[in-house]
Amino acid sequence: MRLHIVTGKGGTGKSTVAAALALALATRGKHVLLCEVEGRQGIARMFDVDPLPYAERRLATGLPAPGDAGGGVVHALHIDPESALLEYLSMYYKLGPAGRALDRFGVVEFATTIAPGVRDVLLTGKVYEATKRNARNKGAIEYDAVVLDAPPTGRITQFLGVTNELAGLAKVGPIKTQSDSVTRLLRSDRTAVHLVTLLEEMPVQETIDGITDLRAHDLPVGGVVVNMVRPRELGAEDLRAVRAGTIDASTVAADLERAGLEANDALVAGLLTEARDHAERRALEDEQRDVVAGLDRPTYELPRLASGIDLGALYELAGSLREQGLP
Amino acid sequence: MTKNRTRVGPRGSAEAPRLDVDALLDDQEVGIIVCCGSGGVGKTTVSAALALRAAERGRRVVVLTIDPARRLAQSMGIRELDNTPRPVDGVDAGAGGSLAAMMLDMKRTFDEVVESQATPEKTRQILDNPFYQALSSSFAGTQEYMAMEKLGQIHRDARVGQPDATYDLIVVDTPPSRSALDFLDAPERLSSFLDGRFIRLLLVPARGPARFMTAGLGIVTSALTKVLGAHVLRDVQTFVAAFDTLFGGFRQRAQQTFRLLQADGTAFLVIAAPEADALREAAYFVERLSEDGMPLAGLVVNRAGQRPLGGLTPEAAVAAAAKLASLAREEPDLPEPLVVGLLRLYADRCRLVDREATVSARFAAAHPQVATARVPALAGDVNDLDDLRRVGVLLGGQDDDTLSETG
Repeated sequence: MRLHIVTGKGGTGKSTVAAALALALATRGKHVLLCEVEGRQGIARMFDVDPLPYAERRLATGLPAPGDAGGGVVHALHIDPESALLEYLSMYYKLGPAGRALDRFGVVEFATTIAPGVRDVLLTGKVYEATKRNARNKGAIEYDAVVLDAPPTGRITQFLGVTNELAGLAKVGPIKTQSDSVTRLLRSDRTAVHLVTLLEEMPVQETIDGITDLRAHDLPVGGVVVNMVRPRELGAEDLRAVRAGTIDASTVAADLERAGLEANDALVAGLLTEARDHAERRALEDEQRDVVAGLDRPTYELPRLASGIDLGALYELAGSLREQGLP
Repeated sequence: MTKNRTRVGPRGSAEAPRLDVDALLDDQEVGIIVCCGSGGVGKTTVSAALALRAAERGRRVVVLTIDPARRLAQSMGIRELDNTPRPVDGVDAGAGGSLAAMMLDMKRTFDEVVESQATPEKTRQILDNPFYQALSSSFAGTQEYMAMEKLGQIHRDARVGQPDATYDLIVVDTPPSRSALDFLDAPERLSSFLDGRFIRLLLVPARGPARFMTAGLGIVTSALTKVLGAHVLRDVQTFVAAFDTLFGGFRQRAQQTFRLLQADGTAFLVIAAPEADALREAAYFVERLSEDGMPLAGLVVNRAGQRPLGGLTPEAAVAAAAKLASLAREEPDLPEPLVVGLLRLYADRCRLVDREATVSARFAAAHPQVATARVPALAGDVNDLDDLRRVGVLLGGQDDDTLSETG
């Protein structure tokens, strides 16, 4: 069993990458669980299914391995802290009427919205349960891999509980034991925390900070997934010429005519403006790519798809991840 | 009633009415601008750019940011997280304005509120409590609530709206919550914490004889003790007992700030990227603001793509690129013409812009009353005051010619 945790700065597309990774992992005979914990129902939207309940739902068939006809199965689970708390209590404490009393006295709300750290412990606790099924959860699916669409990089170590205020507060007792087992799994070599970034300064900086933070807390850093990479339609020499402004408009016009287009000035200007903009961004991308390469982590690149993300796009990205060796 | 700041455009137009950002910045009655939106849409940059533009148009501005990018923070001189507004150097004061900036220190703000409300002895008791320490640095709504608290503080201290005010405009960047709605829920969440039945019940053992302990509560506390361990519950009880007398003051401040947000002098701007997810969050936010009677000034669509000149459809561009590439294959000695790549890039840009236009149009159809400003994407990162000025020009709505001149 492997646990893949996917984080990244807001807007980098970490949910997309988590979904593509789950599809890539689910080859024939493999069961994969894709979890979300932020109440956004992003999985349901990406896969175009009804909003997910707090239950493992069959979501999609994974990407077949090369030369193999069938893929494995991806299940999805939407984890909310309230349900996780009630399930936890009934699984471990057989509270019966006290469980209902907790709800009545506002304890469930208190624990899941106010008490520091409890929310995160409940969410990671459920992920832990899914990776390590025990006799209490009869008939549950045993997964080969669990992919967690985790909170953003800025909050990831806090979320994973290694700096947990609650663990600090609860020095003894079952919560402490529980959060210790979760931490053991998270720090083990069965876990990898992947970071999603764009080739822009801010997300790359956040990735660097995130890796430092994860390492400082002994959490295993997996790969860096560079998402939404621009198309590379121009070679290095062309890019230089575009930047230097030495592109001859009349050559462009002549080629447009050869392509059967009417080469008006507006079109030539439009093409060249677009090219200059592209060249400037490519230069910035290259700068950031060097920074990412210096991080000494395996790096994977995914293209920015002009058509947006739908199920077909997810399979395309899954295929691309697999080709590059992730997982 | 709140004043309606929405500027309605010509009727029957498919486009959203245009948001006049400069008019908003110049409106002396606007004392607070709150920028909200989901994470990663460039909220901090837009807040800073608005603040700088307002300052250089003559307002005395303070911008309250939450978590600025390192270089941007450096360029504004707010690398130090000291919870006090500091003047920003390099601002053009020609129009009589000024700019100060500060970065929110959540825990310190919380501590300051406690200090201002309690006796020194009680303050010590609270600040030393392990439960308080955890709460003040990690409670899911603390950052949101403290941003509001700080806004209230600055507003009071600066005497905004008075002739002798230190500042006459506060620009607030909201915390990078995944869900933009957290921000509005913060005061209520705090109130429900303070008023919560559970908290009240926790006070019972500290206050009075055990006979008030109902049977139900007995079950609850014993269950909690079982799960959390006895001393956690004891820490919480001690904290609640010490905090009890401050509850009223806290709630009062939270309500004051909430009313301040609803008042005429406040304008909300919803910031979004031209993407389905970000605009969906923006839509929830717009609806929520109107439910709560918050004065919405409009939507800023940040980092929008520009449709390239020339009027080709993406299909035509791709077809032409394919034709040219196949012609080039007949002459294998020559390199593939640059125009093949240019046409493909052109098509890619058109498709992105089309997709952005579709999601923006959907938003406008559902919320036709929301005035909108589009900020074209800059090719590079925003790192210094000059970059912020360029974003400001774009926010002000100058046309593309001006853009290429300033760019």
